[in-house]
Amino acid sequence: MGSIDFTWLIGGPQGSGVDSGANVFSKVCAEMGYRIFGKREFYSNIKGEHSYFVVRVSDEEIHSNVNDVTLMASFDAETIFRHFNEVPKDGGIIYDSDLDKTTTDEVLTLDNYFKARLHKELESKNKPFTIAGVLEIAKEKGVHLYPVSFREILSNLAEKTENPKLKGLVRLFNVLAVSLSLGLIKMPLDPLLQSVNSIFSKKPQIAEINKQAANFAYDYAKSKFSNFQYALTGTTKQPDTILVQGHFGTSIGKMVSGCRFQSYYPITPASDESVYLESHELLEIHNDRPGSTIVIQTEDEISAMGMMIGAALTGTRSSTSTSGPGFALMAESLGWAGINEVPIVITLYQRSGPSTGLPTRHGQDDLLFAVHAGHGDFPKIVYASGDIEESFYDTGRCFNYADVYQIPVIHMMDKFLSSSVVTCKKFDPQKISIDRGLLLDKVDGEYKRFAFTDDGISPRSRLGLDNGVFWNTGDESDEFGHITEDPYVRIQMMDKRMSRLDLVTKRIPNDEQVVSFGVHDYTIISWGSTKGPILDAISILKKEGINIGFIQIKLIHPFPSDYVKSLLKDAKTVIDIEANHSGQLGKIFNQNVLREIDYFILKYTGRGMTSTEIYDSLKKIVENKANKREVLSHGA
Amino acid sequence: MALKLADYKTEVHNDWCPGCGDFGIVNALQMALAEMGIERDKATIFSGIGCSGKTSHFINTYGVHTLHGRVLTFAQGGKLANPEMTVVAVGGDGDGLGIGAGHFVAAGRRNIDMTYIIFDNGVYGLTKGQASPTLRLGEKTKSLPSPNTNYNVNPIGLAVASGFTFVARGYSYDVRHLKDLIIKAVRHKGLSFLDVLQPCPTYNDINTRDWYAGIDLAQESMERHSRIYKLEDTHFDPMVHYDNETEVNEKLSQALIKSLEWGNKIPIGVFYQNEIISPYSTRLTDKIPNYLENPPAQQRISENGLPTTDVSEILDSLRV
Repeated sequence: MGSIDFTWLIGGPQGSGVDSGANVFSKVCAEMGYRIFGKREFYSNIKGEHSYFVVRVSDEEIHSNVNDVTLMASFDAETIFRHFNEVPKDGGIIYDSDLDKTTTDEVLTLDNYFKARLHKELESKNKPFTIAGVLEIAKEKGVHLYPVSFREILSNLAEKTENPKLKGLVRLFNVLAVSLSLGLIKMPLDPLLQSVNSIFSKKPQIAEINKQAANFAYDYAKSKFSNFQYALTGTTKQPDTILVQGHFGTSIGKMVSGCRFQSYYPITPASDESVYLESHELLEIHNDRPGSTIVIQTEDEISAMGMMIGAALTGTRSSTSTSGPGFALMAESLGWAGINEVPIVITLYQRSGPSTGLPTRHGQDDLLFAVHAGHGDFPKIVYASGDIEESFYDTGRCFNYADVYQIPVIHMMDKFLSSSVVTCKKFDPQKISIDRGLLLDKVDGEYKRFAFTDDGISPRSRLGLDNGVFWNTGDESDEFGHITEDPYVRIQMMDKRMSRLDLVTKRIPNDEQVVSFGVHDYTIISWGSTKGPILDAISILKKEGINIGFIQIKLIHPFPSDYVKSLLKDAKTVIDIEANHSGQLGKIFNQNVLREIDYFILKYTGRGMTSTEIYDSLKKIVENKANKREVLSHGA
Repeated sequence: MALKLADYKTEVHNDWCPGCGDFGIVNALQMALAEMGIERDKATIFSGIGCSGKTSHFINTYGVHTLHGRVLTFAQGGKLANPEMTVVAVGGDGDGLGIGAGHFVAAGRRNIDMTYIIFDNGVYGLTKGQASPTLRLGEKTKSLPSPNTNYNVNPIGLAVASGFTFVARGYSYDVRHLKDLIIKAVRHKGLSFLDVLQPCPTYNDINTRDWYAGIDLAQESMERHSRIYKLEDTHFDPMVHYDNETEVNEKLSQALIKSLEWGNKIPIGVFYQNEIISPYSTRLTDKIPNYLENPPAQQRISENGLPTTDVSEILDSLRV
């Protein structure tokens, strides 16, 4: 890693501005040229439960979070109790000194399981069950403590500005925490002040109060604290860099790919994408009148799926976005789209299951479900993106696959991606191509929607096209789309549809199916958002002289068996890394490549993997000290 | 060349039971399409699952035979993406008011400009005659092991309560009247609902053609007493004339009260019509001004294989 590798954590009760604080901090760092990898964690709750945001800042390319927190900015007791252990020697903790005597029992949102573990640790070290107790442990480890009385700052500020209302304004705590941090690490305050202006552009008085608070706290940290060894003074800005949130890749990707219809039912973590599409529903079109995306919030996911299919039948590129529980409701209609050869794209932002599971936490639990969703045999594509930048271009690919092969495409995303905030290279819309396959603009003579052809793909009419009348049915059908139960037509139709799977692996370029980051004796196979932490972990190992290969499998169904097999022929040990319990990709791999997975690195706590955890596990594997299943658990 | 009734028929063999009420509905629908002169390729019939689900295969327009209970979802998606197309959705009462009841209510709230016809016969025919949502409590049609234990859904009442802006009932053995109702429904600007009483000769031995014709009543009084009567033959005015709460509430309650008539007097005709409530397309054009001129199905999304959508403003706003 570069000379700067700094991780900042801000925590507080949900609804107290943790997110906006972190977004401002990320923006300030990004504008100073740093690369950012930020991740948000939160409970299934509106107000009060603990949420936190970790932002990793570096002057080199980074793709993940690490375990250690260099500076923690807290303004409540729970954040300190839950995260003090993540700050290593020489790191810092900014905290509200008024909380010193707060006991664990006074923090009502600390659950008993966590408290029991914490009490055990405090007991063993002979410390009281208070903030002062945990901070003593941190101090003994060599962590710098930066006590600040938030209330005192507010009353000083109230006095100075002759505005007594400021005294009790706890809503300013997040601005104070961010400003204290910026002062401590010697970053400029201006970008923060500008952000405050834009956030409160319609409330100038509130903007003013926030700016006063920010200035005061910033100067306070600068003048009072001097022993912190980290300073972020800026670095060379990379050209064409954007700062994006998790769902921007697929949403902007959908606009560019020409998706003009999106139906959805609210679900975490997928609905952000639909809401974003609706807030940008009017589209600018080169050399043409404005376009638009029709975004419909439906009564349930069954309806979202039905509406999307209805829209797709008119020739409109159509999509929905959902998570596991919603996708479960879509399974029946998925089969309908399959038997009727309807091109649709389902963006599946996975979270932890089963059932409601951990509703706001990460998981890659739905791979096998996506591959097998729907009753009966029908072809579909399951395609997985590894990071936000990739998800932009992959969205374009998914729509092309759907159109060209006339089959449903499930685009696998997850909560880790959706709640990340990262810097990446500006998306390039010109790198997305649009291929509508055999979609017809006109029809002459007799038309058969499901005409038998050499490669099994029939020219596709659309509802409303002149002379293109056709029928659809969820029953088995003949070439016109009328119901048939004839055994011979059944064979022909099943063969026609299922032959699509071979076409997909044959025609889609290899580098769209699988990305190889090198193959060595030890080689990782993985899919989806584990990509970032894996890349960072193997790059550290490489610097230590340990070469680990990695192939990222993007096309998961149909599985590119031959290509994966050939790629791995020189790998002696295959390691499967996934955020689920059973190693779902491993099962698919084993079934298709007929080879055993040697090691699994798995995580199913609902928290994303850090590169530190993967590094540690890989090292154990290389040193022959690992279990066949390494189970990760870092993260509050 | 003007289209004739025959042009709307397909060659698909119709395998409904002899005497099935569904025949009258298909005929009325084909007659209505011919009379309105809607081109075959400018209309789509969406259908649900069951006997009525096969309807789309018998009509020579675009036909989409969907899933059980989901017909309205497919139909609404199609209409929203291609608003120029005439959309008629059809399905049984089990399909629309049992498994699909949630979609029925939600569709009413949207008021998308299309027509929904329920083939209402009180039984699940294709699965051998189980009780469907409109069968009355305590009734025992012939294949039920014991009398029905559920209260019936009132389709007209549910439709007016859900926001449908045209609500009517037809009878499948009065094909001309039904054809006229379908034309009114299709021409209505908004979501229109037609509850069509349709005897199932095989499984519903209570609400039979003879029962609707009042043959049993005739035996008592020695004269023929059809149970069916037409609202338009009475002084019933279903139309909401002014954008006024009292007017709307009166017409809604009148429709609801009328829909409760059953037994010896069964009204058919239009129960409620409100053209003041905006159709969904108007709600969309309020925020997307050129939605109707440039709907999703018409939009040009690429040129020479490259996207035409310009997102530079969005991308610039994300630049650091």
